[in-house]
Formats: sequence, C-alpha cells, structure tokens
Amino acid sequence: MFEDFMVNTWIAATLVAVVAGIVGFFVVIRGASFAAHALPLSAFPGAAAANLVGVNPLLGLLVFSGLGVAGISQLARRGRRDLATALSLVMLLGLGALFLSRTTEYFQAVYALLFGEVLGVSNADLGPVALLGAVSVALIVILFRPLLLSSVSPELGEARGVSARLMEALFLSVVALATAMALPVVGALLVFSLMVGPASAARALTNRPLSAMLLSGAISVVTVWAAIALSFISDWPVGLFVGGLSALTYGAGRSWAWAGERGL
Amino acid sequence: MDVQTLLSLLFEPGFFTSEPVRTAAVIGAAAAIVSGVVGVFTVIRGQSFAGHSLADVSSAGGSAAFLFGINPLLGFLGMGVLAAMSMELVRADRASERDLVTGVVTGAGLGVAALFLYLDMTTSSTTGAAVTVMFGSIFAIPASLVPLALLVGAGALLAIGVLYRPLLLSSLDPDLAAVRGVPVRLMGLLFLIVVALAVALSAITVGAILSTGLLIGPAAIALHLAKRPGLAILLAAVIGVAVTWGGILVSYDSYEWTGGRGWPVSFCIVMLIFVAYAVVAQTGPARERRQEHPLPSGEKPHVTSAG
Amino acid sequence: MARGEVLAVRQASVSLSGRSILKDIDFSLEAGEFCGLIGANGSGKTTLLRTILGFIAPSSGSVTIDSGGKLASVGYVPQKFALDPYMPMRARDLVALGLDGNRLGVPLPSPGRRRKVDEMLESVDATRFADQRIGNLSGGQQQRVLIAHALIRRPRLLLLDEPLANLDMRSVAGVVALLRRLSQEFQTSVLLSAHDMNPLLSAMDRIVYLAHGRAASGSTDAVVRTEVLSQLYGYHIDVVRVHGRVIVVAAEAEDDAQAAVAHDPVHVAQVP
Repeated sequence: MFEDFMVNTWIAATLVAVVAGIVGFFVVIRGASFAAHALPLSAFPGAAAANLVGVNPLLGLLVFSGLGVAGISQLARRGRRDLATALSLVMLLGLGALFLSRTTEYFQAVYALLFGEVLGVSNADLGPVALLGAVSVALIVILFRPLLLSSVSPELGEARGVSARLMEALFLSVVALATAMALPVVGALLVFSLMVGPASAARALTNRPLSAMLLSGAISVVTVWAAIALSFISDWPVGLFVGGLSALTYGAGRSWAWAGERGL
Repeated sequence: MDVQTLLSLLFEPGFFTSEPVRTAAVIGAAAAIVSGVVGVFTVIRGQSFAGHSLADVSSAGGSAAFLFGINPLLGFLGMGVLAAMSMELVRADRASERDLVTGVVTGAGLGVAALFLYLDMTTSSTTGAAVTVMFGSIFAIPASLVPLALLVGAGALLAIGVLYRPLLLSSLDPDLAAVRGVPVRLMGLLFLIVVALAVALSAITVGAILSTGLLIGPAAIALHLAKRPGLAILLAAVIGVAVTWGGILVSYDSYEWTGGRGWPVSFCIVMLIFVAYAVVAQTGPARERRQEHPLPSGEKPHVTSAG
Repeated sequence: MARGEVLAVRQASVSLSGRSILKDIDFSLEAGEFCGLIGANGSGKTTLLRTILGFIAPSSGSVTIDSGGKLASVGYVPQKFALDPYMPMRARDLVALGLDGNRLGVPLPSPGRRRKVDEMLESVDATRFADQRIGNLSGGQQQRVLIAHALIRRPRLLLLDEPLANLDMRSVAGVVALLRRLSQEFQTSVLLSAHDMNPLLSAMDRIVYLAHGRAASGSTDAVVRTEVLSQLYGYHIDVVRVHGRVIVVAAEAEDDAQAAVAHDPVHVAQVP
C-alpha cells in the first residue's frame, strides 16, 4: 500500500487530516457541528458548477463554500443559527440538483465528491491542497486567542473588544477554506467527521486549549492513516472507515472523561 | 385571454393526465404534509441538524435497498429509525453536545451509505444510485409505492396527534414538562422516530439531502407568520403542499421552456421554499426575533479620556 | 466629569426596539468606590451595565468613563456564566485570556505572563484550583476566576452582573469580601448588580436603586428609605430594618401596579 501511486494519497490525506483536526478543535468547542457539516455539503455543487462551466473545480468549491458562509451569516442575522444553516444548505444543494441534471456523465464524480476518492490524487492536485491547508492553519494560529475567548464566552470577548460576529464570520470562513481543500480528497459528507471525531476525543485527554488543538490534529492523522490502510486491505470505501473510526474516537473520548470523573 | 388559454399556458399539455405526475402529486403532498407538521416541532425544539442528519443517514438504507432490491421506502425508514435511536442513546445535556453526537452518528451512517453505494456501483451497472438516493426522482416513483407511503404518512401524523400536548410542552420547556410528569427523554426518542418517518417519505420524493428543505422550510415560514403552535402546524402543512405541487408544476412545465432538459423537481421545490422564506423573513416578526440575540450589534465603547 | 470620578452616567435613557427601558439615569462613581446596583428582575440592571460597557448606545444623555490614560478601563463579569465541563480550559487559561485574549497569535510561554497570572490567581485565592478544568469548578470558584479574568489588566472600573446569584451563602460572603478588598487594593471602582442588597450592606459605599427604569442613588441610608423608594416606585413602599437586614415591602396594590408598569415602563416614569 505504499506503492508510487499511493504516495500522493498519503501526503494529501495527511495534510487534510492535520487541517481538519486543528479547525475541528474550534468546531467542537464552539458547538458548530451543523455548520461544519453544512459547509462541505453546500460546497459540493460548486464542483458540479465548475464542471459545467469548464473551470477548475477547486474554484467552484471555494465560491460555493463562500456562498455557504455568506448564507449562514446573513440568514442568522434575522433568525436562529440552526435554521439559517439548514436553509442556506438546502438552497445550495438545490442548485446542486440543477447542475447535476444538466449532465449524466457526472454521476461517477458525484459519488467521489460526496464520499471521497483518495486513490486518485495527482501531483497537480497536491499544490492547491497544501496551499489552502497552510492558509487555514495560519488563520487559526493568528486568530487563536480572540477566537478562543469568543468561543468560551462571546460576552467576555465583547468586553475585551473582540467582536463575536466578526469571529463567527472568520471562523466560518476558515471552515469553508478547509472544506474546499479537503472535499476532493475525503468527500463532502466525511470532511466533517474528521472535524468532530478527533477534536471531541482530544478535549477529554487534556485540560490545555493549545495541547487539545494539537492533539486533535494528531488523532485526526492517525484516523485517516488507519482508514486508508483499512480501505486498501478491504477494498471498501475509505469513507466507511473515516466515519466509523471518528465515531469510535468520540466514544473513546466520552468513556475517558467518564472514567476520569469517577477517578478510575 | 380566456380561462382555457390561461390554464394551458400555466399547465403544459398532459400535466393532469400523466400517471407519473399524479403519483408524484399524491406522494409529494403526503410527504409535504407530514414534513410540515413534524417540521414545526423540529424547529421549536431546535433540532434542524438532527432532522437533516436523519435524512443523510437514512440514505444508507436507501442505497442498501438499491443493492438488495427491496422497497426503497423501507430502506430509508429502517436506517432512519436506527439513527434516531442511536442519537438518543448517547446522553447529551447541552445543545452543543447534542449537535456533536448528531454529527458523529451522521458521519458513521454516511460511511455505511458510502459502502452500499460503492457496492451498488460495483455489482450493478447503474452509476446513478448516488444521484437517485441523494437527490430523489419524484417522477420515477412507481404507483405501487403509494399505499405504503400513505400508510407511513398516516402513522406519523397519528403519532403526532397522540403525543401532541406532552410533546409540545416538552419542546417548549423540558423542565416544566418533567415537573408535570412527562417522560422528556422518551418523548425525545419518539419524536426523532417520527422525524425519521417524515424524512423517509421526503427522501423518496426530493431525495435524502434535500428533504431538509421540506422539513425546515415550510415550518420556519409558518412560525414566522403564526404565533400559535396549532395554526403554525396547519400553515406549515399548507405551505408544504403548495411548494411541492408548485415545484412539480414548474418542473413539468420547464421541459417545454428548456427544450426537454427540464429543471429537477427538487430544485424547483427548494427555490420556491427559499423565495417564500426570503419574502416572509423581510416582514414583521423578524425584527422581534433579533431581540433574542444575546449579543449587541457591536457599537464601540464610547470612552472619553478625561484623566 | 468631576475630578476623581471614574464613571459618570448623566441623564441617560435607553430604549430597545421602541420600548423605553431606562429613563434619566444619573449617578457617578469615584475611584475605589464600591457600589451596588440594586433592583428586581427586569428593572433594567443588565441593560444599564451593558450601556456602560458600550454594548448599547443611550438614546439620550451620556455615559463617560475616565480611562485615566489606561487602555484597560473596564473589566466585566457577565451573568449566567456556565462553562461546558467538556471545554479543555484551565482556570489559569481563562485568566491569561483576560490579559491578552484580544491579541493575535498563539500564546507563547513567557515568564512575565505566567507571573502576572499567578499573582492574579493568588489575589483571588484561586491558586488551589488554578490548574483544574474551569467547567468542573463550583459556582463560587468560577466567580473568582472570572473576577481574576476581569481584573488582571487592573481596570479602573469593574462591572459585575449578578455575581452573587446561584451562590451558596458562604460563597456570597466570600465573594463580597474579596471584591471589597480588591477594590481597595487596586483602587478599582466596583459596580455590582444584585436583586438582594442585604449581603452588600456592609460593603457598599454607594447604592444605585433601580425600579421601573428609573434610579435613585446615594449612600444606602439616604436611598433605602420609605419616602425615596415610594417616589421611585410610584406607590407606597415600606422599608423595614430587622436584625441588621433591610426588607423592602410594597403596599397591597403592588401586584396590579407592577403588572401595569412592567408592561409599559414609560408609564411610571411620568409619575411624579
């Protein structure tokens, strides 16, 4: 499983895992699982649109995840956040349905975009993945303190001059960026598994915010490596193992916290 | 212009006599009514994510049904109920933790969907399974499915009717409900199972990932317009049927305008929902809702230095 | 604003979506003063604190804070602060965020920063649980950590929104004594809202009594009197002092009057 054609897969998947794990730390402490699920899913029609227009799919993904961020933040100004998320998700997916109906050659690609196709990563794909990943991580590092404060308590943040609304918009943008980079590799439906599973285990293992974030990245990498190996051996889709292992990780984290509370 | 010409402009020839259209209209209306009614509770309880996730996970059942050649509705239904139970099984007191559990269950369920769809693709020559399961195909529903669909819909409505008062109370204030002797957790589980029924119905019409539109859209619009729960439920059902039939009509007609490459029904329904929501959200009650936001609009502290 | 004043609220009125919440509020605080903002639920305490913080702009009048040339002029402890026990954050992490939570970049280990945090934790008697997860601390302990978070930059004014609610009686006495000591030690003016004035009676230099969006302020003895409060409420109020405690009792018409007034706060403001 370490043949030449697999090298790119390992590299791309590792990059995606690090970014998803690190961004996922904030997804978990902000309770933003729905947004982290909705953004990849609403970005996915972007690839179909790009295919239709004949531009780089990554551009389509970026545009559509940007639309997702705008939709969630704009609608959330007039109503509840979960409703805003659901409605903008549905809206963009509706567009996805339209684009997909324009072509039938694209059906195979739908599966890959939804569930990932880690075995088809080319050299040319690696560059953008690395770049977008680096930008996402850099943004998280830069925003770390205000974002952390605002996530603990938006009011404490506001009292220190940290605008909760600005933090929310920036955070969603980082999730969108991470999404656009990860989607072609692990697929829209499973990006967010990597954002919630590892981080939820990491927060149970350490009391320190920074350590928890780094640990989340590490657990995410291990999850992805194990998923690829299992997928290679069984010949079953990698998404099955990413989703399953993330659920196991969450369970392990909860059990660890439970045992800790009882002094075991 | 006489009525005849107007009607023929509005409804393309064959609209009322087409068998697929009739089946679509009946199942679509059933799905819309059930989703609207269940959706009002979903919105009140703040469970949009769970509602969406049940649809995602039920797609694993839909793709399994594809694989084994069983009734797709039963596939969606079985997996949805299973997901509902696993979401309620993990204890989560806080909303953010509940969302996290929902997300984790969704991820695992989608992994299973990935497997079945993959097997669908490798064992049969159909490559369209992913698209059909995820985005639905309302005009391709066999008429034989109608009785079962109506049965499931009636079951969901009956359950809501029976649970109405304790469910409403526990949705509005779980503590108050617990004091009144309502088993809040059981109510949560039963409700999620009902959501799974509603979602399975819409999954076969508009597809798994767009069923959220029928569940949340009409309910959100209705709750903007009506303050009383009973009225909101009625309104949500009516709006749901209106957008579904409207969507079917627009989609059917669009085959003419676009030269045989019509717009998919799910797209048309979602657009109608979105337009309706956008219009409603601009009006009255929206301003009141803004008050619920805990945070201010971010005026800077006006500190003057006098020292 | 007069010399020595840290906060001056002058004829400030606040309306939220067309409803008048506060009307002609007027009081000031001097450096190191300990002031209780007393009023029933819904009397506008939180709105007043948020106005002073600059979260809400007054519709008329002014709120002036003398920053004394310091950047950190106001510290704030919000109400209803329940931290997620799952949140990976120690008490000392939250205090450190009070120091530089608005700065960009990840916090790098720094002896100076660590010393400041340790000193602050020591001043609020929180050293014992400094390395524990904040979500697992008791209400009184969390309150101390939040005070440390708010005070670590030595602001001239500290605002606390119902810090004593949901605390047991021993913690209440401990937190009040702590705040009194800190306000003298750091020369920080403290404005603290509470619905019950009794735990604060010995500590307060000044009281701002809010009722139906209007305020009376001064020393406790000057404000908590039958005539003053009756005029404030617009109907007869008895102030009873028993065993060193103050009890404010309304005449029998209270319920009706309060219901009518709560519905339309402007109404009482027009009562002379």
